[in-house]
Amino acid sequence: MKKDCVRYLSLCGLLGYGYAPESLKNALAMDLDFVGVDAGSTDPGPYYLGSGKGFVKALQVKRDLQLILPEIKQRKIPLIIGSAGGSGAAEHVRSVLDIIGEIARENALEFKTAVIYSDLSEETIRQAADGHLFSCGGSPEFDPEIIGRLSNPVAQFGTEPIIEALQTGAEVIVAGRCCDTAVFASYPIWKGFPAGLALHAAKIAECGALCALPVGANDSLVVELYQDHFTVEPPNPARRCTPESVAAHSLYEQPDPNCFYEPEGKIDLSGCEFEALNDRKVKVTGSSLIPAEKQTTKLEGAGLVGFRAITIAGIQDPEAIRHLDEIASGVREAVAQSANFISPQEYTLRFLRYGLDAVSPVQNGVEHFPREVGLVIEAIAPEQAQAQALIGLARSKALHQGFPGRKATAGNLAFPFSPSDFSGGEVYEFFLYHLTDLPLKFTPEVRIIK
Amino acid sequence: MKLYDMAEVCRSKNAGPFQLTIDLMFDDPEKYRKLLNSKVFNPKNIAMLYQIGPETVTIKTFERILTVKVVMARKYSSGSPMDNDVYGSQQHFPLGDLEII
Repeated sequence: MKKDCVRYLSLCGLLGYGYAPESLKNALAMDLDFVGVDAGSTDPGPYYLGSGKGFVKALQVKRDLQLILPEIKQRKIPLIIGSAGGSGAAEHVRSVLDIIGEIARENALEFKTAVIYSDLSEETIRQAADGHLFSCGGSPEFDPEIIGRLSNPVAQFGTEPIIEALQTGAEVIVAGRCCDTAVFASYPIWKGFPAGLALHAAKIAECGALCALPVGANDSLVVELYQDHFTVEPPNPARRCTPESVAAHSLYEQPDPNCFYEPEGKIDLSGCEFEALNDRKVKVTGSSLIPAEKQTTKLEGAGLVGFRAITIAGIQDPEAIRHLDEIASGVREAVAQSANFISPQEYTLRFLRYGLDAVSPVQNGVEHFPREVGLVIEAIAPEQAQAQALIGLARSKALHQGFPGRKATAGNLAFPFSPSDFSGGEVYEFFLYHLTDLPLKFTPEVRIIK
Repeated sequence: MKLYDMAEVCRSKNAGPFQLTIDLMFDDPEKYRKLLNSKVFNPKNIAMLYQIGPETVTIKTFERILTVKVVMARKYSSGSPMDNDVYGSQQHFPLGDLEII
C-alpha cells in the first residue's frame, strides 16, 4: 500500500551533540518510518578531514547511539547516519562502526549494517582534475600539483547510494561523507514523495531543533512529509516551531535564502509558504526541485601544511601594550637570528593580540589602548620539533624584548601556565572543495555488526 | 545609526570553508528599507572593510522575513594557517560598525 505520509525523527543537529531523552521518548510514541542523524560538517575546519580524527569525541557519539540503537531494532525502523565520524572518510566511518559494535555487544544485539564509503582514489582525482573540476563556494582554482598531498579526500554523495542501502533492508546505514539532506531525503524519495519537498524538509531536519525556539542543535525534530507539504515539530515540549523560526532557518549557513543546491538539482524556495498548524508545529508548502541538467558531486580534500606550537600570555603594562608592534618585530628578528635549524622562509610566526586586533584589524589606527591584552604567539613549521623550538625562542624573546620607554624591565608577559608552550599538532588546509561532473559510484557494503 | 544597533540579528558564519555569510535581520520594515536605500551599504564598501575584492561580495534580500544577507569571500580559508576565525562566527564586524546614512 502506498503511504500518504513519511514520518521521521532527526535525532539531533550533529551526532554526539546530544538530545533530551524526553524528545526521543515522545518521538518514539509516534509511528516513525526511520531515524536519521547527520554527523558531519566542514565547519570545524580542515584538520578533522585531513587527520582522520573526529571533532566529536567517541564517548559523545556512543551516548547518542546508545539510546537509539535498541529502539530502532525493536521497532524495525532504519537508522541512517550521514557523514559518519565528522568528515566521512574511511577512518571516520570505522570509528563509528566500532562504537556500534561496542553497543551491540553490551546489549547482546546484532545489526544488519550497510556501510557506504565515500573515499576518493588518487586516480579519480586525477581524472577529475583533467577538465572535470569546477570551483564551488568561492574555492580557488584547483592545483593538480596538490593531489599527492591530499589526505583522506572524499566525495559528498547524494541520495542514490543511501536509497540503494535502504533497499538492502539494512537496520543501520553508516554513510561516509554525504550531503546532509541525503540522510533525510533518501527514504521519502525512495517511497515516491516529491524530491523538492523531501530535500527542503531534509535541509531543515539535518540541524535537529535548530529551527525551533529556543534553538537547539542538541535536540530532536520530527518531520512529516506528504505529497504536497511537510510539517516540522520538535518532540521536546520545551521547544516550539513558528513560521518565522522555520523560515529563518533557510538562511542559516546558506549563501542564498531563496534556493539551495544539491546533487539532485536546485531547490527553489521562492514560492514557499510557512503556516502555523498550532503553537509549535509548522506546515511548509511550495518548495520545488529544478533537476540538474548534469549531475555534479562535491569533492573535499585537505592537505598537511605544517605543524603548530603556541604560547599564551597576558599583558597589562601600558607601555608594553603601546609597543606591541615593536615587541613583535624585535622577537621576529631575534628568532630569525637564533633559529639555526630552519630558514625564515620555512616557518611563520604570528602574534594574535586579543583585546586589540586579533579577530579583525583595527581600521583607522588605535584610538584607545585596552587595559589588558591577551597574546597568543603561534609558530608553524614543517616539523613539530621545529615549531616547538621556534615558539620556545619566541616566548623567551617576547618576555624580555626591550622597547622605548620600558619600565617593567623584568618581563613583558604574564604566563598563566607552566609549561607555557603548547603543541597544536598538524595544520591542514582545504585544497579540494570543488564540483565534478564525473559520474561517481558509491556502493553499500552490507555486514552484520554484533 | 550603526548597522549593529539597527539590526535585530547581526550574525556571521561560514558558508563552506571559502565563504562567509552575514545575516542582518530586522523587526522594523523601515530599518530594513533604510539599509537597502543607504548609499554606504554596497559591495564596494563592504569589500574595503574586509580587504577583499568587491567582485566577491554579493548582497541578497529576503523581504518576507526582513533579512539582508551578505555573502563574501573569506580572506583566508577556514582553519588555514592565516585564518583567525574557524567558524567565521565573529566576522559580522567590521560591517556591524558601518554607520548607515
